[in-house]
Amino acid sequence: MAKILAVDDSASMRQMVSFTLKGAGHDVMEACDGAEALKLAQTNQVDLVLTDVNMPNMDGVTLIKELRTLPNYKFTPMLTLTTESGTDKKMEGKQAGATGWIVKPFSPDQLLATIKKVLG
Amino acid sequence: MSIDMSQFYQTFFEESFEGLDVMESGLLGLDVGAADAETVNTIFRAAHSIKGGSGTFGFTSVADFTHVMETLLDEMRDGSRMVTTEAVDLLLKSVDVLREMLTAVQSESDIDVEHVSSIQKKLEVLLHGESTDAEADAESEQSISEDSGASSWQISFKPLDYLLKTGNDPVRIFKELSLLGEYEVECQMDNLPLFADIDPESCYLFWDIKLSGEIKKEQIEEVFEWVDEDCELNIELNGSSEDESVTEELKPVVEELKEVAPVAVETSANVTEPTKKTEPANETSLSIASTQEKVKPSTTKKAVSTDSGSIRVSIDKVDALINMVGELVITQSMLGQLGERVDEDSLEKLQDGLAQLERNTRELQENVMRIRMLPISFAFQRFPRMVRDLSGKLGKDIELRLLGEQTELDKTVMEKIGDPLVHLVRNSIDHGIEMPDDREAAGKPRTGVVELNAFHQGGNIVIEITDDGKGIDRDVVFSKAVEKGLVSENDNLTDEQVYDLIFAPGFSTAKEVSDVSGRGVGMDVVKRNIRELGGNIEIVSAKGEGSKITIRLPLTLAILDGQLIRVGGDTYIVPLVSIIESLQVKAAQVNAIAGQAELYKLRDEYIPVVRLHNVFDLKADSEVLTDGLIVVVEGDGQRAGLFVDDLMGQQQVVIKSLETNYRPVDGVSGATILGDGTVALILDITGLIKLSQQERIEAA
Repeated sequence: MAKILAVDDSASMRQMVSFTLKGAGHDVMEACDGAEALKLAQTNQVDLVLTDVNMPNMDGVTLIKELRTLPNYKFTPMLTLTTESGTDKKMEGKQAGATGWIVKPFSPDQLLATIKKVLG
Repeated sequence: MSIDMSQFYQTFFEESFEGLDVMESGLLGLDVGAADAETVNTIFRAAHSIKGGSGTFGFTSVADFTHVMETLLDEMRDGSRMVTTEAVDLLLKSVDVLREMLTAVQSESDIDVEHVSSIQKKLEVLLHGESTDAEADAESEQSISEDSGASSWQISFKPLDYLLKTGNDPVRIFKELSLLGEYEVECQMDNLPLFADIDPESCYLFWDIKLSGEIKKEQIEEVFEWVDEDCELNIELNGSSEDESVTEELKPVVEELKEVAPVAVETSANVTEPTKKTEPANETSLSIASTQEKVKPSTTKKAVSTDSGSIRVSIDKVDALINMVGELVITQSMLGQLGERVDEDSLEKLQDGLAQLERNTRELQENVMRIRMLPISFAFQRFPRMVRDLSGKLGKDIELRLLGEQTELDKTVMEKIGDPLVHLVRNSIDHGIEMPDDREAAGKPRTGVVELNAFHQGGNIVIEITDDGKGIDRDVVFSKAVEKGLVSENDNLTDEQVYDLIFAPGFSTAKEVSDVSGRGVGMDVVKRNIRELGGNIEIVSAKGEGSKITIRLPLTLAILDGQLIRVGGDTYIVPLVSIIESLQVKAAQVNAIAGQAELYKLRDEYIPVVRLHNVFDLKADSEVLTDGLIVVVEGDGQRAGLFVDDLMGQQQVVIKSLETNYRPVDGVSGATILGDGTVALILDITGLIKLSQQERIEAA
């Protein structure tokens, strides 16, 4: 069981992701934008961050950049949820320090398969 | 693991419709040519979320449509496309289409495929220019795959030193590889520095991996997908060389190998000869076909009403409630303790506790009511679009100003006031604001102003609709009313009375019936709706300067501030808002007109006296006016003095409907239950005044 932080400004996506992960036995925290996620991550150490890219207040790329500066999150896997299959957006996330990405739309099964890759 | 996605639909629809509202208001606020980057970004995000959600939840047609919008918005966002009026208009239309699609999906009814594809086409034309058709896009979709059966791969994986800091871990990658087939890993430590120089967070090791089994190159590449840029990666078939994938430093070695074992290279070259397979290029047209398949009529399914009537409540309101409940629990335990041992000393404490309980209860009630309160911006938000559309249609220049958008009112009241407001704003635009040229000729700026303002006043919310148009022509209204037989030519009416005629059924002054307004129904309905909500509506106007419509509404329909009054043994409740004053009767000021109304001279005005004991057929303490009190009330512009025996306390009462529990009763708007358990009727002042007039006529 891992502690996972799911960040998305869309409530339905958040629900879906959270429901899927909880169903697989993980402990899930939700945040609706980067700023909220950053606060949560600072007070709760998580094992994996799943974040949307386009969000108000603080976007996913900035969130990852900010998290990577924290000593506790130097090596934590962070995945972006992106609708862009183009390399630009993926690379933007990678340059900020993201571990990898999941391309939307994804099914619950795809989600679980992907996070298995980083949770080891 | 299978998850029932439909459980997320409701949330998805709610947030999507909210997103559409955000897009709409954002688009309306965009300045063509100099668009605010943050606004474009907000619109983009809304489209992006709808696309992501609809894709995930399987609403492919919605996702496809939104994708085109999103692409357009993305180009606007990164500045590669100008924000033009044309684009904004089209995007607004797309928002409408999307709203229709989502509504259709939600109610499981059919999507108007033709309409959708025509708008989608327009978007695509705007995006790619006229000549582009579907196939152009498909070309990039070609995928090249290499054929290989059972094979053995040699992978050289040399991470750059920062790899670990991206959260990737070679061990996990090896684990992934192990799922593909047999593998052997050899760790190379050549780059390992002296122990003293080691940075524990860097990666110095690199690996040679031998992987065998029925594995395609893409499968291996997929494993390394995330670290592609963060390492030197070399994947090749064992014993062979693929020139294009050999890194510079390895080349000489390979050349050497070729010389040494030319035969081996030749055979393996045959194996690796890439056979390129090209996917059919018409993928896009295929996906369009499948989209249409999906939205095929499913007429057997009934449209389900999906309005579950949920409400969004801000956290601070919920926190306040929890806080309240906490205090209530404390009070309860305090009272509980007192109840265990009652003696004379505890009486005072008991009273304190009860006072606290009362305070808690009242606060709790207020806070619960606040949950139902929403800012009026929910009702206002549709106006920018409407004004934009109407001004375009009518050729008028109109600026809409919205004030007091954060003013809160009850959700039910908000729902019921929406349509009347639309009607009034339409009227202001259609009948009030003049054409730009006419305005200029009248010495006014070409752009007309329509202002919506909302604020709290006492226990009411006041909504004002002001325009600086041509105002209401008293004479036109009057002659029209005479023509319609609403008043007679000889009637001498005040300005207010004339303006009030506008609300009479069947009254319309529009010279021509336009599709904007002027169907002659409406204003009377508007007035009736507002009356039903317990509110009133007034018009003030000055010819040539504009009009101002004021709507006054109770903040909530569930609770009322009431004045308790007593007639004989019965208690009634008069809504506090309709009471002007209460006074003792001086005999000299009462004028009884034989067979007609008793009139009371209130300062310079004569008001009819309504004897409640007569109207409701009760036994009063006394029928002599000077023995009791007169409560001066106002309802629907008319004043009257209610004759009662006594005034009792004021209190908030919870309104129970008489219609649903019994049947409608003239002169009574509802009932409530008092603290002692008895039922008290709430008086409908307007109805009561009418009722007493009728009784007098009958008596005469």
